[in-house]
Amino acid sequence: MPTDPALAALLLDHEIRQFYCAEADLLDERRFAEWLDLLTDDLRYFAPIARNIRRGDEAAELTREGFEAAWFDEGKVTLRQRVEQLATGIHWAEEPQSRTSHLVTNIRVLEALPDAAAAVEVRVRSRFLVYRNRLADETDILVGKRGDTLVRVEAGWKLARREIQLDQSVLLAKNLTLFF
Amino acid sequence: MHPLVDAENGTISREIFVNPDIYAEEQERIFARSWLFVGHESLIAKPGDYITSRMGEESVVVTRGRQGGVHVLLNSCMHRGMKVCRYDQGNTRLFTCPYHGWSYGIDGKLVERPGQLVGVPGFEQHYHGELDRAAWGLAHVGRIALYKGTIWANWDASAPDFLDWLGGMRACLDFALDHRDGREGGSEAIGGIQKWRLNTNWKIVAENFIGDLYHDISHRSVDLVGIGPSGGKGRRDAQRPRMQIGFPGLGHGGLGETPHNSEPDYAPAWALYPEVEAYYRELHERRVRNLGDRLRVTMSVGTIFPNMSFHGRQPRTILIAHPCGPTQTEMWRIYLVDADAPDAVKDAARHYYLRYSGPAGMTEQDDMENWTYATEASKGVIARRLHYNYQMGLGHARPVPGLPGAVQNGPMAEENQRIFYNRWAQFMTQPGWDGMMPAPARALEDAD
Repeated sequence: MPTDPALAALLLDHEIRQFYCAEADLLDERRFAEWLDLLTDDLRYFAPIARNIRRGDEAAELTREGFEAAWFDEGKVTLRQRVEQLATGIHWAEEPQSRTSHLVTNIRVLEALPDAAAAVEVRVRSRFLVYRNRLADETDILVGKRGDTLVRVEAGWKLARREIQLDQSVLLAKNLTLFF
Repeated sequence: MHPLVDAENGTISREIFVNPDIYAEEQERIFARSWLFVGHESLIAKPGDYITSRMGEESVVVTRGRQGGVHVLLNSCMHRGMKVCRYDQGNTRLFTCPYHGWSYGIDGKLVERPGQLVGVPGFEQHYHGELDRAAWGLAHVGRIALYKGTIWANWDASAPDFLDWLGGMRACLDFALDHRDGREGGSEAIGGIQKWRLNTNWKIVAENFIGDLYHDISHRSVDLVGIGPSGGKGRRDAQRPRMQIGFPGLGHGGLGETPHNSEPDYAPAWALYPEVEAYYRELHERRVRNLGDRLRVTMSVGTIFPNMSFHGRQPRTILIAHPCGPTQTEMWRIYLVDADAPDAVKDAARHYYLRYSGPAGMTEQDDMENWTYATEASKGVIARRLHYNYQMGLGHARPVPGLPGAVQNGPMAEENQRIFYNRWAQFMTQPGWDGMMPAPARALEDAD
């Protein structure tokens, strides 16, 4: 375990980046059941709706977790149901399946507990660009910010919380059959 | 009646779902004179609150006035047309146009107080005090109706009363809007409207929600998984038999249980949430007491002509299919709960609604897939020569005892779709209101 704090932060940063790259591979290779294994049992998965509001009124820009509507506001049980639905082969919105690429970037560890060297919980901010193409010309590019909480488990890291902020107010895609 | 709608034989030309000229005509003949849902009062609770909404392709601002009244205003400056409000919601005293600065009050009137930097800039100096400011307020709708929290507007001041427009469908809508304990009203919208675009014609959406039990097969994947709040298979908990109930001459309809005078036994519907389950069980007792032997209709889904749809029970939501081009629709979903329900009840409902409906809804997703590619496959010149088939149950409609002006046609039929398109054809061919409203219907007595 490194004693130099800067080196510890660098190694932690590298570890988190590797986690995100591996996670994106699972999603883009449609290994959704394995992706579920990266989630803690009490995971919160929340994607607020963005609203156009007056400057100074930013508190109302995103819908509030626990009170208002959202694109997603769920836990692992529902995410598992989504994965099961995809696997039926008759979930017509994903039959035939989409081609996706998750580009995850601007990754920054905001906080490591208790510290970078011995981190068991981290808060991470990142950006995503998800490209989706399906059938012939059905194409979506969904871009936004992610705020994650990751916790260390024996096998590595697990996702305990993910907030997804899509940079659209009117969703310009017909559905959200994908994971972020 | 209309060359593209053959009601007698139950077929409808695909042209009406893809043709830009027909779409343009609809804006004038249907959306400029129909009662349209524009919002929910709980979204503009305080004086000065507003939301922007849509009426057909038009942007409108729905505001709560200083005295508590509701205004529905065309969101376009009277001077050069700029949108005076480009926020989705907020609270304000004024809408000031960014272009030349004309400023309107929350009621849409041009601000007239002298000496202020608002109203019409340069009114004294450049207009020489001669502009008739009272005549140049924001255009407002011809009529507004408030019904159990829902806000409706009509551009046509000579349109029939909203309650006449609803007719017997009112009893069906009530099931979604009334409190679960049977009290009138009492529901509210939870904050946050889901809005998304879909490449289909708005009528495809409206005709699905008017009662299409036949398409259940398309939801088999979610039924296999099971997302209902009791934890069993299926999308929702077991429902009692539902019928297509439609209103000829009005264009509305839905799926529901024909009118009954007593409450069916309580069926546990929230077993996964013991606290919520206990609440609904208690609510059921109150409902039995409150409604007594009054007539009620239990609804699962319905459409109010032209483009407002609602789910009454599981889930409980309002959907507007805003026309956005001949083959594009902007969907808006608003979710309803009883305003005084405990937080745990609202929370469980909200989670259920979000996994069922909307773009991430495990049920809605498959509908949208069908609507999108039905539209795409109906655009070609060859496809357009063909008609869609709406013949299911043709000639088998019968009156619904106890529900004025209603017919039913069993659980699976296309009666409601035929009713919807007959109404559509009527609007598209008749410019005025003469003969447009059926005579007030009388409740039919039981056949025997």
